[in-house]
Amino acid sequence: MAESHVPTVVADELHIVYRVNGAKTGKGSATSALSRILRRGEERGVRKVHAVKGVSFIAYRGEAIGLIGSNGSGKSTLLRAIAGLLPAEKGKVYTDGQPSLLGVNAALMNDLTGERNVILGGLAMGMSREQIKERYQGIVDFSGINEKGDFITLPMRTYSSGMAARLRFSIAAAKDHDVLMIDEALATGDRKFQKRSEARIRELRKEAGTVFLVSHNNKSIRDTCDRVLWLERGELRMDGPTEEVLKEYEKFTGK
Amino acid sequence: MSDRPSPDEGLSAAELAAKYGLAVSGARPGLGSYVRQLWGRRHFILAFSQAKLTAQYSQAKLGQLWQVATPLLNALVYFLIFGLILNADRGFTREVYIPFLVTGVFVFTFTQSSVMAGVRAISGNLGLVRALHFPRASLPISFSLQQLQQLLFSMIVLFAVAIGFGSYPRLSWVLIVPVLALQFLFNTGLAMIFARMGAKTPDLAQLMPFVMRTWMYASGVMFSIPVMLADHPKWIADILQWNPAAIYMDLMRFALIDGYGSENLPPHVWAVAAGWAALVALGGFVYFWKAEERYGRG
Repeated sequence: MAESHVPTVVADELHIVYRVNGAKTGKGSATSALSRILRRGEERGVRKVHAVKGVSFIAYRGEAIGLIGSNGSGKSTLLRAIAGLLPAEKGKVYTDGQPSLLGVNAALMNDLTGERNVILGGLAMGMSREQIKERYQGIVDFSGINEKGDFITLPMRTYSSGMAARLRFSIAAAKDHDVLMIDEALATGDRKFQKRSEARIRELRKEAGTVFLVSHNNKSIRDTCDRVLWLERGELRMDGPTEEVLKEYEKFTGK
Repeated sequence: MSDRPSPDEGLSAAELAAKYGLAVSGARPGLGSYVRQLWGRRHFILAFSQAKLTAQYSQAKLGQLWQVATPLLNALVYFLIFGLILNADRGFTREVYIPFLVTGVFVFTFTQSSVMAGVRAISGNLGLVRALHFPRASLPISFSLQQLQQLLFSMIVLFAVAIGFGSYPRLSWVLIVPVLALQFLFNTGLAMIFARMGAKTPDLAQLMPFVMRTWMYASGVMFSIPVMLADHPKWIADILQWNPAAIYMDLMRFALIDGYGSENLPPHVWAVAAGWAALVALGGFVYFWKAEERYGRG
């Protein structure tokens, strides 16, 4: 148990605020936009979305932490803030090493072949060319893209949505991580592929120091996590052992 | 965590973090380690620029042929308007004017598209910035690199035009390399400056085309500045000629075109070219790095 007291992530009164341009309520006319520009500093007309409000917690090495809460409660935002991808408005997140988000979608380009996307995605995640060369065949085999013919040399826009999702997951899961964060949208593909990706997530968990998992599937939270953070409207509503929190959560959602 | 007895009870978050050597997530690295991180990502920067370049024409039937066809058509349009209709070729023979014009258009387009890509480098790639970790300067650098590769395709057209109008390869063509290198540095710096400004104010993407067009007409892309401004005070022409876009265009013309001698260049031209490159590249890099931790707020 002594080892579990080594903290890997410390969130201290964390606030995240999004600024949205042009989503102003009321008159979105040109004159109001002009007055907005002239009256700088106050940032009038820029709508602020206070997505995370004062969340504090400490995560320890070896923990698998589930994040639950209804849609728009700030789960994904919190993950991005832990990863250091979204700047904090107030408060701080301290982390051990570089936490990484399991997701590479944004770096891939639909007009390129699957082959080039594997290389591009790997480089974007910070892998070296040698590492990618080494794991290339593994990534392609895992995705199962080539099971129905030579699809990896075709542009990604020609893939079905399931195939593309499988390739994206395979690329994202190819790297080893210290603190790993997994967003729910990963559970894609057919039954066979889902089984394979769950196994891969468990593998990644073994290698990583701490795992965060966002999911709406209480079963997968029960299967993988020993601690759960419950977010509601950007506030931390509960933090504790999986069973306790899930019981309350299920009562709350009326299940 | 009250349910977990711990020897660390009572420590504040900051003290706890310090005790176990945790670092603030998403903090800006020092300038030195930022450069090292960037160097570590050089393969990504290159691969990303090449991917963007390939993706550009991948839906077109003629495919990558457009890399060369686009600049050629561009040159043709400018020749039609300024060479045939407006007669902007005052002070030049046709053999000099046409390569002069094409060089100007290509060299200026290089800077122009680097700036335009720079403005959108962060604001147009928020998904990437919010999903993955990498020094953000990778993006503007990568986009400038894409434009450099695009220009190398245009150079094929440019060489053909030069040879077609009687400027054959000679020793001075070697000068093209340092000119391109300096201009690339300058463009990258400019792209980084505009990337930071565009990240804060995406509206710049709407405004910049007008600024760039004004700059283009003031830089003598399709006419000779000293000839056009012959009846005005000389300092106006000097200032216009010392602006970086005009400097790089003139140097490229000097290197490439037989009948475009050093009498067309302003004094101290190489020093000015190198000065602009160093100033904007270094200044732009530091300016961009200063906001590193804030990119992605959107």
